[in-house]
Amino acid sequence: MPVSVRLPTVLRTHAGGLSEVSAEGATIGEVVDDVVRQFPGTANHLKAPDGALHRFVNVYLDDEDVRYLGGLDTPVSDGAEVSIVPAVAGGTG
Amino acid sequence: MLRLRRQQWIEMVAHGLDCLPEEACGLLVGRPDGSVEAFRPCTNTDRSARTYAIDGREILRVERDLDASGNGLEVVGVMHTHTHTDAYPSPTDVERAALLASWHFLIVSLRHPEPVARSYRISDGEVAEERIELVVR
Repeated sequence: MPVSVRLPTVLRTHAGGLSEVSAEGATIGEVVDDVVRQFPGTANHLKAPDGALHRFVNVYLDDEDVRYLGGLDTPVSDGAEVSIVPAVAGGTG
Repeated sequence: MLRLRRQQWIEMVAHGLDCLPEEACGLLVGRPDGSVEAFRPCTNTDRSARTYAIDGREILRVERDLDASGNGLEVVGVMHTHTHTDAYPSPTDVERAALLASWHFLIVSLRHPEPVARSYRISDGEVAEERIELVVR
């Protein structure tokens, strides 16, 4: 079943300007892969070279950070809302 | 170029001073051409004088509100304070900006009694300063 994936403004230029897209997948990892398949320009923003989630991106499943759930293996149920948000941080270190 | 209004500048400096001795941060809401229409102060979840981080759920809330309003405004950048150094992006700032090439990075230094603001674009690790226009009205 498709789930709705909310894209942050910085990713929309790579997804035809859409703020929300529909993606298929039983887990967060599959949903993210489907977004990348549909919009290849998002690949460098979403995935690290080793296939993990890019460390400067946070993914939320119904407002829960998936890193504190099951990461990319987190199961996604029908009607769930997945949100992708850039990690915003910095400072003088 | 980043275009700020007087009211936003006052809000940013006030937020920066309120958060001392910790770094303060907030989102710049505006148009892609760099016109800032609103400043959204955020919580520095690091609670640190040397680093800042904004909770993704806070960013999500702001973006949802903006999408719902339908007025074409979006998050165009982030402001943060440097409490004891000049307003220049640190190596951490540059590294963490990797996915935010379209954003404006406004840094307000509170190192001296007079706050100093400088704004940058950061793309592929390259820092380019941009002009700030303060609209006084």
